[in-house]
Amino acid sequence: MNILIFTPVLPEIAITIVSMFLLIIGVFKKNEKTYTTISNLAILSLLVVLFLIFSGSVPKGVSFGGSLITDSFSLYLKTLILISSIIILVVSNIYLRNINLLKFEYIILILLSVVGMMIMVSSNDLISLYLSIELQSLPLYVLASIRNKSSKSTESGLKYFVLGALSSCILLYGLSLIYGYTGSIYYNEIASNLSEYDVGILIGVAFTLAGFAFKISAVPFHMWTPDVYEGSPTTVTAFFAVAPKIAALGLIVRVLITAMPTLMEDWQSILILLSIFSMLLGAFSAIGQRNLKRLLAYSSISHMGFALMGVINGSFDGVRSLSLYMLIYLVMSLALFISIIALKTNDEHIENIEDISGLAKINPVMALIISILLFSLAGIPPLAGFFAKFYVLYAAIDAKLYYLAIFGVLSSVISAFYYLRIIKVMYFEESAISFDPISKRLKTIIYLLTAITLLFFLRPSIFINFAGTASASLFI
Amino acid sequence: MDWPILSTIILIPLLGSLTILLINSEDEIGKRNIKIVALYTCVVNFLASIFLWVNFDKLSSEFQFIERYAWLAENITYHVGIDGISLFLIILTTFLMPFCILASWTNVSNKIKDYMVAFLILESLMIGVFCALDLVVFYLFFEACLIPMFLIIGVWGGARRVYATFKFFLYTLSGSVLMLIAIIYIYIVTGTTDVTILSGYDFNYSIQNWLWLAFFISFAVKMPMFPVHTWLPDAHVEAPTAGSVILAGVLLKMGGYGILRFSIPLFPIGSFVFTDLVFVLSVIAIIYTSFIAIAQEDIKKLIAYSSVAHMGFVTMGIFTFTDQGIQGGVFQMISHGLISSALFLSVGVIYDRLHTREIAVYGGVVKKMPIYAAFFLIFTMANIGLPGTSGFVGEFLTLLGAFKVNLYVAFFATTGVILSAAYALWLYKRVIFGLITNDEVEKLLDLNLREYIILLPFVLLIILFGVYPNMVIDLTAASTTNLIDNYSYAIEQYQSHLVSVNLEIGT
Repeated sequence: MNILIFTPVLPEIAITIVSMFLLIIGVFKKNEKTYTTISNLAILSLLVVLFLIFSGSVPKGVSFGGSLITDSFSLYLKTLILISSIIILVVSNIYLRNINLLKFEYIILILLSVVGMMIMVSSNDLISLYLSIELQSLPLYVLASIRNKSSKSTESGLKYFVLGALSSCILLYGLSLIYGYTGSIYYNEIASNLSEYDVGILIGVAFTLAGFAFKISAVPFHMWTPDVYEGSPTTVTAFFAVAPKIAALGLIVRVLITAMPTLMEDWQSILILLSIFSMLLGAFSAIGQRNLKRLLAYSSISHMGFALMGVINGSFDGVRSLSLYMLIYLVMSLALFISIIALKTNDEHIENIEDISGLAKINPVMALIISILLFSLAGIPPLAGFFAKFYVLYAAIDAKLYYLAIFGVLSSVISAFYYLRIIKVMYFEESAISFDPISKRLKTIIYLLTAITLLFFLRPSIFINFAGTASASLFI
Repeated sequence: MDWPILSTIILIPLLGSLTILLINSEDEIGKRNIKIVALYTCVVNFLASIFLWVNFDKLSSEFQFIERYAWLAENITYHVGIDGISLFLIILTTFLMPFCILASWTNVSNKIKDYMVAFLILESLMIGVFCALDLVVFYLFFEACLIPMFLIIGVWGGARRVYATFKFFLYTLSGSVLMLIAIIYIYIVTGTTDVTILSGYDFNYSIQNWLWLAFFISFAVKMPMFPVHTWLPDAHVEAPTAGSVILAGVLLKMGGYGILRFSIPLFPIGSFVFTDLVFVLSVIAIIYTSFIAIAQEDIKKLIAYSSVAHMGFVTMGIFTFTDQGIQGGVFQMISHGLISSALFLSVGVIYDRLHTREIAVYGGVVKKMPIYAAFFLIFTMANIGLPGTSGFVGEFLTLLGAFKVNLYVAFFATTGVILSAAYALWLYKRVIFGLITNDEVEKLLDLNLREYIILLPFVLLIILFGVYPNMVIDLTAASTTNLIDNYSYAIEQYQSHLVSVNLEIGT
């Protein structure tokens, strides 16, 4: 057997081996320094993998008999997943030390979950789809409750697990129906066997989409999001908000476009409802929130709804807009989460919106950065968030879904309200609280991500072409 | 290639704000340096914009000083250029900015660095709005203005600033998102967002109405027109003096400018179909808000409502599609930019002394501040539209245009002139004349040198434009004529199309 057929999945294999290796180190050498060593090794290996992908050394093609596919689209999403997990690991190093939670398992769990996500975006049949989703989710359940002394964290882990398991059941049921009616697990064969119209397959598609919707926390499958976001350690929340969503959206795009193009009208109507409800519910529910993490949970629901608009058309423009959206969303929300992590008063991390009142007076730079990020999330030009929305709206209007586009912009006006409220608290209110100095490493990451958000408009074509070439590979 | 003068004018304030960011503002010297850098930046930019005026070819109706660089997509480029209409709005912006800085010299001490940075960035964005020849670029500048203005009202505003600034932001944002959808639609249909290419494009007639409405809602909120004007009084009252000046002087003009630059050339049929709607809304704005202005207890609120009324003349004039009407509209925008700014600056002068804007507190100011009273009288008269001031020219031309087209509109709009005399003179009487009832007024001091320098240029310009309006009108003439020609050509096509449709139905 030729070993070369495994090279397209080399990144996944490498990270799996590294995580096993690190697990062994962790088990046998349990002391203070182990965490740092393991964390550094993990970051290093992820960087190496990222470099391999970026330099184009990972060949494209299928492996495992067509179960996994490596193309520009999956490589693009893998890049995003890797970047976000590297950033999260770097930040966790500082954050976990601060809250006294240096457990090396944390890193292993993140690595395994990353492997799951990378396989998700590469999956090319129903089996690898399901397995990768499970591989991605199980570590996340544990991560959510890793702060096992806090009842909130335990609650969030349990809630996530129970609801996640339920959604997996629904997903699996849907997948089995699709398999039953098409007689194949491979996307391309499903697509060619789908021509015969059947009610059973529709139920299958609906169940599958419901399972996916849970993963990206689209309404009405969003219930877990605010509690899990609130209860988990903030670095885990930041990870939840970005990486699994990118992976799940990538998966949805691939399944819908390569496996079910003929059923477009059917899944389109489901997605439209998911999208509209997510945007509106996310926007309205966030208004009443006082807890920053809960607020960001609702904001992410709203953003997922907006991003879904890009899938609906099933066109190149749509996928490109989605890819760009994920990239920009990653930059903005990671920067915002890290800013929240960076701000603490007397070693207490901030929780509520009021905790940052008067920030503009005490730390004008951070206040400015958070405002830039919030304005960007609200989609105000010339910040990056505007371009993300611009391309998604473009896809929606191109598909003649005008009402959807109008719902989209109206929901972003409503969202603007609660983003502005945070800015109001920072700028228009006074406070006597002082903030602890921010570590240099966090500062560098925050500055870098904010700079991308702020200066995106100068050369938008770099990112757009990047997203464009990635998406094109789905339409060959 | 020529020196990219427009981009330079857009960038100078940005560079100024970057310089300010580097200054340490902890001590008094630093604060002083910040103000000086801001002032110099604005003055330099004003001189640069005068250079535009000098080199402007007034006979050409083409866009001038054009720059075009690749940007978002092949046909979404960074395309800027100006014609006679935008020229004066740019000069108005750069002219008002130094006075805004001067007006904030002593009364803003809190976070002066952020304040000046916000104003300079706002200046860049406003100039960008008036230069942009690409819909996406325009939208970018148009929306981005919200960010600094939101902060200016919210951080340095009055007691109800949070309510006012949220209202301002959300009103304008909800108005303009529909324009974004329209812009994307245009891009999909035509493959370009370049205004110079689009102005020859024939949109489907029924689609044109929708597009026109989407643009109009956005501009109507910004203008602001009845019934979406309610954000303006709040924003004006709560904004710091310089914020009010910029709001009334420049931001409100973006609505009228947008209609002239985009709504009419791109959607002539839509403009034609909805002319009556605009007339009705304009006349309601003129009369209704004038009555409201009479009832106001707050000086700034009164001026804010009078702004709505005056902007009613602008929309009315523009939609007459006559030479006089449109030129009057443009002239009215510039003149209102000067007059309302001057009025807000005058209010700022007494506000700095007594820290209240309530009319009842004042009275008898003339006995203590005679020079101020004289200045304020000139501005009040200009606001009413007394012949010899620039206010008269704008109102007269727009009314002249209206008389040509629609007698009823003209008749009702003219009553607005009388009403404006009622509220403005009554305001003047209550504040300036009468007996001194308040001990605080007894202690008032007349204008100091800085205030004198601020107000004097406004007096000169208001009278200069009033006596010799051709300075402006000559330069806008070519662009206006071009606008009307294109419009009437499109309407002729439309009407012959209607006739042929009717004939088909007849046979």
